[in-house]
Amino acid sequence: MLLIPCPWCGPRDEPEFLFGGEPVTRPVPAEHVTDAAWADYLYFRDNDKGPHREVWCHAAGCGQWFVMERDTVTHSVLSVRKPGEPA
Amino acid sequence: MTARRLSEGGRIDRATELAFTWHGKPMRGFEGDTLASALLANGVKIVGRSFKYHRPRGIFAAWVEEPNAILDLTWNGQHDPNARATTVALRAGMALRGVNARPDVDSDIYRGLDLAHRFLPAGFYYKTFFPNWHRYEPRIRDMAGLGKLRGDADTRHFENRSADADILIVGGGPAGLAAARAAASAGLAVILADDRASLGGSLLWTDEMVDGVPAAQWAATTATSLAAAGVRLLPGTTVFGAYDDGAFGLLERRGAAPAGWAEDRLWTVRARHAVLAPGAIERPLVFPRNDRPGVMLASAVLHYLRQYAVLVAEDIVVTTNNDSAYAVALALRAAGARVTLADVRTQAPFIAAAARAAGVRVLPGSVVVNSVGGDGVRLVDIGPADATSARQVTLRVPATVIATSGGWSPAVHLHSQSRGKLRWDEARAAFLPSAPVARQSFVSAESLSEALLFGHRAGVEAASSFGRMMTNTAPFAAPATPADPILPYWCVPIRGARQWLDLQNDVTVKDIRLAARENYSSVEHLKRYTTLGMATDQGKTSNINGLALLAEATGRTIPQVGTTTFRPPYTPVTLGALAGMKHGALYAPSRRLPAEAEHRALSADLREYGGWWRPACYPRAGETPAQAIQREAAAVRATVGLFDGSSLGKIIVDGPDAAAFLDLMYYNNVGNLKPGKIRYVLLLRENGVVYDDGVVARVGPERFQLSPSSSHTAGVLAMLEAWRQTEYPSMRVAFHDVTAAWATFAISGPKSRDVLAPLTDIDLTADALPHMAFADGNILGVPGRISRVSFTGERSYEVSVPASYGPALWRALLRTGAVPYGIESLSVLRAEKGYILIGTDTDGMTLPDDLGISGPLRAKKVDFVGKRSLMTQDARRTDRRQFVGLLPLDPDHVPHPGSHAIERTSEGMRSLGWVTSACHSPALGRSIALGMIARGRALIESGAEVELFHLGKASRARVVSPVFHDPAGEKLHG
Repeated sequence: MLLIPCPWCGPRDEPEFLFGGEPVTRPVPAEHVTDAAWADYLYFRDNDKGPHREVWCHAAGCGQWFVMERDTVTHSVLSVRKPGEPA
Repeated sequence: MTARRLSEGGRIDRATELAFTWHGKPMRGFEGDTLASALLANGVKIVGRSFKYHRPRGIFAAWVEEPNAILDLTWNGQHDPNARATTVALRAGMALRGVNARPDVDSDIYRGLDLAHRFLPAGFYYKTFFPNWHRYEPRIRDMAGLGKLRGDADTRHFENRSADADILIVGGGPAGLAAARAAASAGLAVILADDRASLGGSLLWTDEMVDGVPAAQWAATTATSLAAAGVRLLPGTTVFGAYDDGAFGLLERRGAAPAGWAEDRLWTVRARHAVLAPGAIERPLVFPRNDRPGVMLASAVLHYLRQYAVLVAEDIVVTTNNDSAYAVALALRAAGARVTLADVRTQAPFIAAAARAAGVRVLPGSVVVNSVGGDGVRLVDIGPADATSARQVTLRVPATVIATSGGWSPAVHLHSQSRGKLRWDEARAAFLPSAPVARQSFVSAESLSEALLFGHRAGVEAASSFGRMMTNTAPFAAPATPADPILPYWCVPIRGARQWLDLQNDVTVKDIRLAARENYSSVEHLKRYTTLGMATDQGKTSNINGLALLAEATGRTIPQVGTTTFRPPYTPVTLGALAGMKHGALYAPSRRLPAEAEHRALSADLREYGGWWRPACYPRAGETPAQAIQREAAAVRATVGLFDGSSLGKIIVDGPDAAAFLDLMYYNNVGNLKPGKIRYVLLLRENGVVYDDGVVARVGPERFQLSPSSSHTAGVLAMLEAWRQTEYPSMRVAFHDVTAAWATFAISGPKSRDVLAPLTDIDLTADALPHMAFADGNILGVPGRISRVSFTGERSYEVSVPASYGPALWRALLRTGAVPYGIESLSVLRAEKGYILIGTDTDGMTLPDDLGISGPLRAKKVDFVGKRSLMTQDARRTDRRQFVGLLPLDPDHVPHPGSHAIERTSEGMRSLGWVTSACHSPALGRSIALGMIARGRALIESGAEVELFHLGKASRARVVSPVFHDPAGEKLHG
C-alpha cells in the first residue's frame, strides 16, 4: 500500500487515490491526426520497467490530478509534480 | 499408551473445566487449552485424513505450522469449516469434527485410495482423467477437500484500525522484548506484536533463566514494564504481510470480545522502521513412514508438556540431527516418560551426557528407519543414519510418539515479502537474510542469550537511525550453553521407502525425484507439479526439506535451487476482517429521494436504480406491478402524471470559459445556447462511444446547468474535472454538483399546464415558456425553477425547489389529481417515443450516428472529446448497427431484450443485432420493441421484416421508426 505524497495534501494512503495511467499528449487537430497516431493515443502505452511517469488523482481528498514518477519495480515514489510544473 | 494430562503444571486454568464434543462424543478440557491440546489430553489420535491418499493424520505441531489438525468447528451459532486446532482457544460448548473423511476420520471410506498410491504420484492428474476431466470432477471434489461450507451468513463483526509508529517490532519473544525495551528507553513510539495470547514466545516453554529469573516469569514482568513505558502491546496479533512504504498488515484475534462486538481486528500499521524478531519454525527429519499419527515436531511435544501439561506418550522415540531435541528428551524424562533418542551425528554431542544421566537412551549415528502401526505409531525401528535398507534395524522400540527435529528455519517471510534476498547459512543449515531491507532489521539467534543480545542491539540500532541515543541500558543476560553444530540430513537413503515431506498434500521424496526426472527442476515448478507447500500450512515444515532434496536430485547446491516467492498472508486472514465494517448498507450506501416517505405512504414499489431507491410504480390494492405500469402510462397520456425526478444529476458549470469548455467536452454545440434555453446533448468518450445523454440549460452568459443521468452524475463530474485540470488547465471554469440540493418533480400530460399554473407565479403560457426552455420564479411561495423538458412525449414541466421543500410540494402536486407514475412506467412512455436509455439501448460500442445523431460532427469546428474517433473507417462502416423500432407481427408477443435479429445462411445463423428494449404499449394497444440492427435505417426505409431468435424460439417483426407515438411531436409543443 503506497504512501503517496499529494502535492497539495502531503503523504496519504494509496486507497485515497485514483490511478490514471501514463500521461499522454492529445494529438490535435483531428483532421491532421493519422489513424496510427490516434490509436497510439487511445490504446498504446510504454509501460516501462523502472522509473515510470503516471497520473494520479487524490479522489478522496483534494480531488486534484498530479503527475508522479514511480519505479515500477521497487514502487518507490521518485517525484510528484502539479500539472504544468516543469520537470 | 495414549497421551494424558498431568495432574500438575502447565499454564492452564484447572479451576475452569470446559465441555466440548469430538464427533459428538463428550469430552472435557480446561481454560487455556487449544483444541489440539484438549484433543490430545482426551487421547484422540486421528484428527483428519490426508488430502490425496486419505491416510490417517494426527496432531503434528503446536502452532501455525500445523499441517494436519484442520477441523470443522461449530460454536455459539458460528461455523468454521477450517479451524486450525493448534491455534484456536477451547471454549465451552464447542463441537468439533474432522474433515475430508466420510463418515468420520476414524473409518473413512476413501482410505482404500492409499492402496493405489503407486498410480497416484505427483502430477498423476495430468496423465489420467481422459478424455474430459470435467466428467470426473464431481467425484474428485467429493474425495479431496477440506471443510464443507454451510452457506450460513457470517454474523461476526470485524473492525479495521490503523496506527502509526516509529518502530514496529514483530515478535514478542526474547529478542522482540529486548528490542522493545531498548527502543522505548530511547523515547520512540513502539508497537510490539506477537501472535500468541501471552507475550514471551520461546520463553514460555523453556526452563532457562533470564537475569536470574525463570524465563516465563521474566517475560510477564518485562511485558508489564513495557506497557508502563508506553509501548503498545498487541498480543494475539499476527503480522501477516509487509507492504510498501513501511506498511504492515496485522490481524488481531480478539475471540470473545466484550458484548460480542469486534472479533478479528485488521490493523494497517505504518512504521518508519521494523524490527523482525519472528523466531524460527522447526522442521522434521524425513524418514520412512513418517506420516503416521504420533509423529510430531520435538518442540511441539515440549510445548504440549510445558504449556498444557499434556504428556503425549509414556514411550517416546526422539530422532534428530541437532541439539535442541535434547531439551525435549530431558523434559519428557522429568515427566516420567521412557525416552530413546536417535541422533544422526556419529559423534554424540556435549549435551548427550546430561541426557544419559537423566535416563535417556542416546544412540549416535542413528535414525528411525521405519515405523509400524496402522492407525498410529506402535513400534519404531531405529537403524544407522546411512541405512540403505529398512532391514538394517539396530533397535526396535515400542513407542507411540516419534518426536522429530531436523533443524530450524527462521521465519524470513516478511523480509522476503519486502523483496529481501536470502543466503543459505551452511553452518546453521538455514536460509537467512543476506542483508536487511531498508528500514528493517532481522534478528535471528541460536540461543536464548544470543536472542537477548541481538534483540537489544536491533533496538539500539533502530533508535540510532532516528538520531536517538539510548540511556544507559545493558542488555538482558542468560547463561550461554555450549552447542554442537547441526548435521544437515535430508532423508534416509533407503530406496523404495515412502518418506513424507508435505503431510497435508501427501508429497513424498519419490515425488521430488519424479519431478526432477521429468525436468521440473525449477523450485517454482517443483512446487506446482508436486503441490509441495501449497496446502493450508504453506509448506512451513516441508519447503526446506523439499528444495534440499531437489538440490540433491539435480546435482545443485541449496542456494542454487533457492526458495519460491513469499507472498502475504503469512497465515490465513478472514475475508470478513479485510472488509471490516464495509459491507451491507455501509458498502454501497443507498441514496434516498427527499420525498421517499411520501412514496412509501402511497405503497410505491421501491427498487434500487444506480444507487438510488426510486419508485418503479405505485400499485393500487389488487394490482400487479405490470398492471400498475400500464395504468400509470395510460394516465400520463390521457390526463396528467406526477414523477419524482430528484435523483437526476444537476451540475453547475460556471466561469468566463464555461461555454468554450463545454463545447470542447460535449458532442453538440453548447456555446450558442441562449440563456433560458435547454438542449439535449451527448457526452462521448475519446473512443467516440456515447457515455451519457442528458440536457444542458443556459442560466447566464457564464453559467450552465448540466443534467446528466442519475447513475452517471459522479462520472460526468469526474470527467469534467479531469479534463479541465490536465488538458485545459488555463480555462477559467468551475463545477458544482448540486444534485442533492434540489427536489425535482415532473408534471407530464395534456393537463400539465392546467394543474401546475395555479401553484406558481411563473408564466406557463406557450409563448412565455416553450418546449426546451426554463424560467425561475416561485412555486407555492418557494423560489425554484420550472424547466419544460419531456421524457414522456407529453407536455412536461420539471419543477425544482430546494430539497427540504420537496415533500410539501409533492403533496400539493398530488392534491391536484395528478397520477403518480414510477420509472418502469416512464420507461414504457419513453419507449413509445423512441427516446434512448443509456446502457440499455446503447452499449460500449454505440456511436452518435448509430443513434441517428450526426449533425454536430459536421457542424462543430473545435476538437471535442471523441471527435477523431468518429472519423475512423470503423465509424464510417455502412453496415453498423443502427437504432430502430420493431413491431412484432404477433401484437401480443413482447420479445425478450437481448433477442438477436438473425439471418439464416448456409453455415447457420448470423446475428444482425439485437432487441434492446421491449414492452406492451398502452398507447398503441400492442407490443413494441427497440433495437440496434445492422443497416437499420435502410431497413426502416424498406419496411423490411427481421427474424428474432431467443432461447431456441423464433418470431418475426417489422422494422419501423422508433417513434411509435405522435411522430410529429405535436403533444410536446403548444
